[in-house]
Amino acid sequence: MQTVYLDNNATSAIAPEVREAMLPYFSEFYGNPSSMYTFGGIVGKKVAEAREQVASLFHADASEILFTSCGSESDNTAIWSAIMTQPEKRHIVTSCVEHPAILNVVEYWEHQGYRVTRVPVDDLGRMDLDAYAAALTADTALVSVMFANNETGNLFPIARMAEMAKEKGILFHTDAVQAAGKIDIDLTRLPIDMLSVSGHKLHAPKGIGVLYIRKGIIFRPFLRGGHQERGRRAGTENVPYIVGMGVAADSAVRNMGEEQTRVAALRDRLESGLLASIPQSRVNGDPEHRLPNTTNISFKNVEGEAILLMLDRLGICASSGSACTSGSLEPSHVLRAMQVPFNYAHGSVRLSLSRYSTAAEIDYVLKELPPVIATLRKLSPFKD
Amino acid sequence: MWEYTQAVHDHFLHPHNAGPLKDANAVGEVGSLACGDALRLYLKISDAGVIEKAGFETFGCASAIASSSVLTDIVIGMPVDEALKLTNKDIVERLGGLPKEKMHCSVMGQEALEAAIRNWRGEPPVPHAQEIGKLVCKCFGVTDAQIIRTIRENNLTTVEEVTDYTKAGGGCGECLDKIAEILATELGKKKAERAVQATAKPALTNVQRMQAVMRVIAQDVTADLSTGEAVELVDVDGLRVTLAITSQKQEALRQKIEALFREKIEDGIVVEAR
Repeated sequence: MQTVYLDNNATSAIAPEVREAMLPYFSEFYGNPSSMYTFGGIVGKKVAEAREQVASLFHADASEILFTSCGSESDNTAIWSAIMTQPEKRHIVTSCVEHPAILNVVEYWEHQGYRVTRVPVDDLGRMDLDAYAAALTADTALVSVMFANNETGNLFPIARMAEMAKEKGILFHTDAVQAAGKIDIDLTRLPIDMLSVSGHKLHAPKGIGVLYIRKGIIFRPFLRGGHQERGRRAGTENVPYIVGMGVAADSAVRNMGEEQTRVAALRDRLESGLLASIPQSRVNGDPEHRLPNTTNISFKNVEGEAILLMLDRLGICASSGSACTSGSLEPSHVLRAMQVPFNYAHGSVRLSLSRYSTAAEIDYVLKELPPVIATLRKLSPFKD
Repeated sequence: MWEYTQAVHDHFLHPHNAGPLKDANAVGEVGSLACGDALRLYLKISDAGVIEKAGFETFGCASAIASSSVLTDIVIGMPVDEALKLTNKDIVERLGGLPKEKMHCSVMGQEALEAAIRNWRGEPPVPHAQEIGKLVCKCFGVTDAQIIRTIRENNLTTVEEVTDYTKAGGGCGECLDKIAEILATELGKKKAERAVQATAKPALTNVQRMQAVMRVIAQDVTADLSTGEAVELVDVDGLRVTLAITSQKQEALRQKIEALFREKIEDGIVVEAR
């Protein structure tokens, strides 16, 4: 049975060119990039090259790129630094649809006595900019709002939000884990101070992340120890993964056009096809401002976990915002924040494509998914 | 991914007795769309009080559908008096086990069975009506009677288990204290164990924190030291307090001081020994 992988917002395949580039740094070139001899120096050069490649993806300078172990570490570091460098400010602004890597960290600081404002969204998942404007105060240490939402793919007006924070002299961090590599993020034009990236969402391996820190921002390290990363993050560099991250960033630059055209077209065909063939279905999110690869569709009166297990039998990998898939008893916080009705929220399915997705795979899902919904609806006591 | 048994997979993918029963003379309904799972159980009960046929409609996850399916298998051919003695554990057993977070699916099956038999006897439906027990969990409509029954039948000892089995407390969390009280009464204890989140002490400025740290060192730490031991404040950086600790048992002393700071000053303080 073929595997149709449509859960790229959860993790993505390691690109072949990424894997190839990494391999020599596991065996042949194992020197420490900080060492004085040539055997370490050549490794150091490769790390520098990777830093340039990642910087290019965001139109940034290599000195602004910090390698971390994952997106969560980048998020933790950004929040930690903002708080530690501004001890007099005791307020954080975020949104109610953030990833747990932000929400739970912010909640931790809330327990430490920080005031937190979580900006709400409307029923399409669009940020309430009036509430956001009202939340920014002289006491605000940091704004952290995601670039794109992982569940719906919604893109938020980050340029405007960062501008508004800048006007008030407030640090602006964005978790760009879902957006990085899928859309162009130009940091010469966006007044973003810090930006988090996760390697495994853009065809690099799990275990490598990036934190962009704008030049001139006062920074305090989260992980202390050695002088690596110019004293900003201790720990001997994870060289093979850094090399992989660089190549993945380079591939993302070259494939971005395809994301916008071919991948977006496949996603649109999948979405409109499902909406047309399955009655009482709806899209969750903002169709006007979304990542090109994501669709989140709800099917009325059926439950998401049951859908996923039936799809799994057909080799189709997807995810759901239903309560039952997560072990919690309520649907995802994102769908609840959007006030998706309960009879739809439990039956949500997220399908997220990548540049490796094919038209044949989309056809397969368009053929197999409608009967799954019909079967489950036949079992359901709710028929209207 | 949930670890489902083969039996759960089989019953989910090929449910037995699925669909409404045309000649049913008993129907029991539990759950709701808002709750995320619901079961409508149909029974055909003979004049002699034996369940002859069963059917079901279920909205919910794989374990909810599998629990419904296996329930119909269990009850067909069973006298109603015997069926009323069934518990959710009988359903779980036939499925070869359920993940603990999914136990409520089996409880739902048992409740639907009870509701259907009450319906056949002309009695009003029970579980979500208020006449037996008081409503405890508003999010999922769970009464104290349901909670007590589930605690007793499954020997539950923690609030988390009560949530796994009944869903009560899994929404807004407002009723967790009430559940702890019920559990405490059931366990014959004063207060059930529940990880009560530490109430955050008021936040301090760095200067206030430093003063407090110096005060606690002077008043509490120094007095307790043995001969040859010394503790000096090196730095306070946010919640990170660095001390120079001279002691044979440096780590033990560090832990002791950290606990003391957390108790007397602030919960999040981390003490580092230089």
